[in-house]
Amino acid sequence: MDKYKVLIGLEMHCEISETNTKVFSSAANTYTDIPNSNIRPVDMGFPGTLPVVNKMAVEKALMASIALNCKQPEYIYFERKNYYYPDLPKGFQITQETKPAPVGIYGELKYEVNSEIKKVRINNIHLEEDAASSDHYSKYSTINYNRAGVPLLELVTYPDFRNADEAVAFLEAMRSIYQYAGISEADSRKGQIRCDVNVSIMDSSLDEAKEENWGTKVEIKNVNSFGGVRDAINYEIERQIELKRTGQYDSMEQQTRRWDEESMSTIYMRSKVDAIDYKYFVEPNIPKFKISSEWIEKIKSMIPVFALERKEKYINEYGLSNYDATILVKEKSISDFYDETIFLGADPKLSSNWMTTMVLGYLNKHELNISDIYLTPKMLVDIIKMIEEGKISSKQSKDVFYKVIEDEKEPSKVVSESGMKQIGDEDTIRKIVVEVIEAHLELIEDYRKGKNVFDFFVGQVMKATRGQANPGITARIIKEEIDKR
Amino acid sequence: MEYMNKTIEELHELLKSGKVTSKELINESLERSHEIQEKCNAFVTIMDDAKETNVTDNLLSGIPYGIKDNYSTKGILSTGSSNTLKDYIPFFNATAIENLDKSGAVPVNKTVMDEFGMGGTGTTGHTGIVRNPWDLSRMCAGSSAGSACAVAAGVYPYATGSDTGDSIRKPAAYCGIVGYKPTYGMISRYGLFAFASSLDHCGVLTRSVKDAAIVVDNMKGIDKNDMTTWDSSNMHLYDSIDGKVTGKKLCYIKELCDINMYPNASNELKEHLSNFNKALDKCKSLGMEVCEVSIDKTLLNALASVYVVISCAEATSNMSNLTGFIFGPRGEGNNYIDMMKDYRTRGFSPLIKRRFIIGSYVLQAQNKDRYFHNAQRVRRLLVDEWNKLFEEFDAVILPVGSGPAKHLDGSLDILDSNTTALEEHLQVGNFGGFPSITIPDGFVDNLPVALNITGKCYDDINVLNIAYALEEAMDYKNKIAKEVK
Repeated sequence: MDKYKVLIGLEMHCEISETNTKVFSSAANTYTDIPNSNIRPVDMGFPGTLPVVNKMAVEKALMASIALNCKQPEYIYFERKNYYYPDLPKGFQITQETKPAPVGIYGELKYEVNSEIKKVRINNIHLEEDAASSDHYSKYSTINYNRAGVPLLELVTYPDFRNADEAVAFLEAMRSIYQYAGISEADSRKGQIRCDVNVSIMDSSLDEAKEENWGTKVEIKNVNSFGGVRDAINYEIERQIELKRTGQYDSMEQQTRRWDEESMSTIYMRSKVDAIDYKYFVEPNIPKFKISSEWIEKIKSMIPVFALERKEKYINEYGLSNYDATILVKEKSISDFYDETIFLGADPKLSSNWMTTMVLGYLNKHELNISDIYLTPKMLVDIIKMIEEGKISSKQSKDVFYKVIEDEKEPSKVVSESGMKQIGDEDTIRKIVVEVIEAHLELIEDYRKGKNVFDFFVGQVMKATRGQANPGITARIIKEEIDKR
Repeated sequence: MEYMNKTIEELHELLKSGKVTSKELINESLERSHEIQEKCNAFVTIMDDAKETNVTDNLLSGIPYGIKDNYSTKGILSTGSSNTLKDYIPFFNATAIENLDKSGAVPVNKTVMDEFGMGGTGTTGHTGIVRNPWDLSRMCAGSSAGSACAVAAGVYPYATGSDTGDSIRKPAAYCGIVGYKPTYGMISRYGLFAFASSLDHCGVLTRSVKDAAIVVDNMKGIDKNDMTTWDSSNMHLYDSIDGKVTGKKLCYIKELCDINMYPNASNELKEHLSNFNKALDKCKSLGMEVCEVSIDKTLLNALASVYVVISCAEATSNMSNLTGFIFGPRGEGNNYIDMMKDYRTRGFSPLIKRRFIIGSYVLQAQNKDRYFHNAQRVRRLLVDEWNKLFEEFDAVILPVGSGPAKHLDGSLDILDSNTTALEEHLQVGNFGGFPSITIPDGFVDNLPVALNITGKCYDDINVLNIAYALEEAMDYKNKIAKEVK
């Protein structure tokens, strides 16, 4: 494999799920299991219907463009991509081409792969409408137009990936950005993400900066999961290396293949020669419209700090481990919750421990989102502070945590109602310690002989205080009292 | 007593004063429809069950009218005069029809057109040719042939039309009536079967300028379903007609109007142009200034080609929704491609197929710049040229066509390539979206001929006013076709 360099480019399609309506239609943009229920006449191409642009979809697309550090055009245009297919009721897809410019061109994105930061160049990102979905049976096919007209973002990278890990890491980074920015749930199980992958190999000795040294590009269509992307890339690299080895590579033409999940292989579809001429032209029913700098500024102000930047902060400023930081930034709502606890004065490491063990543990166990539970960042901070101040023990704090969520009560209320206060007062504790020691004076001898009686005394003190004695203080006083005798 | 030969104002007075009822008008109109259907074949559908409406203060209430068959009408067959939609009954109204409905207007028939508006003869509809009510051996021109025929024959005072090249204004000329297409976007195109979206206009055919103003007042309005519409709520066309034109400046184009440009001029052309000159004299006597201007002949001669390229390109894309899967008679075949091919092969007339091939050809990657983009460039040049005229003049006044209605038997007409620009110049009105109105200006061989007045965008009131003043000064208003041969 070292004989060859691999060049991989991606086309990532992601549905915009966070708009009320479809991109050129007033039908609802919601996922539903009932076929053909979210449709308007325009989604089925009825004669005389016209597209109307959903401004919210354009806003989300511009947001993605800005997030990818792309250049935004002065005017928004849409174009028609003309081809016939049963899932394309109008006989054309309204999309954006590179001329006139789409919502974003020439961007770049930093992403992390195996703890290393890499950069990928983005050729363009454009807004378009999704096609209907179809299912094929032995004797007939069915078409579901719910998906027809759902806003879709397609981004095209340069062939900057060198292996499947990089390509998949980039896709994961993009999924996170779409989720963080509130553009899309980016859920591949709902078919919201689909990828086309370009793979070519070249001799390692050649200069990859020169395009003429690149190998023959093979495009693999419709890879619908990240795992599929990885498998398809690895399969295709092996296939092409095998062609090199057997001397057949030079006769391989530029081609489109498809990924077949069942056979785990790529299957030839068509050669470049048979590429479809989509006869693009500007959609005449949508007047071009200017993107004001005010609009761009407004959108910029709506873009959150993304996962990678947060993670760097968690590690470098808060001293968290890469592992914990990765867990915390996986979902924006979790990361936002965590950030809020820090803002409210929680110790970053303590808060991180609480988040990664108690909070996420609870959410995962009950399959809940953080917004579903009663606990707020303020409440978590209160719990953490009560431990720090010795008001409750760490054992008690766990009960408080569960009670807050389950009884939907403030932590202070939980603590006061259950009488769950920690005894931090030294005199009180000392009194109890002395009582316990005097009741078991025989153990002092054992202690001097080197026997561990310490835990016994702590247990007795806890028993006497129903667990409310501050363990730290208790331990210290026990030691002091034993040493006195 | 006959009523359907009257103007809208007169009918409204009669209805208001109770001298006639909506029901009586509808009955007369339906009766007349069947007579004209026998003679001229003007209708796809006659709504014998048309119901009267309440007479209100709206001038159109209770009065029958006709609808060109490319307007989507809820529950009423809408074929676009094509076999591909021969059974299509829409479940929604075009916005313009919805607006007329709200005015209390009563549709009584759907009129024959050239298939999907693609033709200028009125001979390509799937129900057969439409004959000119003045002379059954002649054509009405098209594509709004049935509408022009019916209004001229006194079936009702008005019918809707659509105009992509001159499809309202040419048949109006051949039938001796008024044809008006307002500024692009004044009337919503939602529900109008698309032919060439950047050129398509809704409009009306009437027997007087005021009637045209009344009808468009009731059809127009910004529409959330058509992004190219604009708010004209402060424009009251009918109320703004005052006939005051003193000091208005008109121009005509020497290269089109000077008889010396036509070395082989037919007698019809000579008479037509001399009629036109008499109309210019009337303009002057009304206190308007009339100037001759000159426009590069090369540019004028490019007009027809520009139209063919752009309209065919847009048409081939617009009509890609016609596959026979969702609506229209489903084709036969073993797979979707064969089914679609069968449907389209059988459904479309040869003329349309020819245009689809031209449209596909000019959009192909290797031809697009040479044909499609160049056509768009020349379109821009022509529009700029006209806009320059509008800087100095209130309107451009020009003769329509090269004479009266052509024979259905084409061999009877003398072909004169010199008159191409004269035949086609109305298309500039579509290139620029200009308000444009055709009014009759005399008779040649006892057949009507016409002139056209075109103004700058949004200047509809001015255009209507000039047309109204000239109409009043001539004697060709509200003429009902009398068979002359």
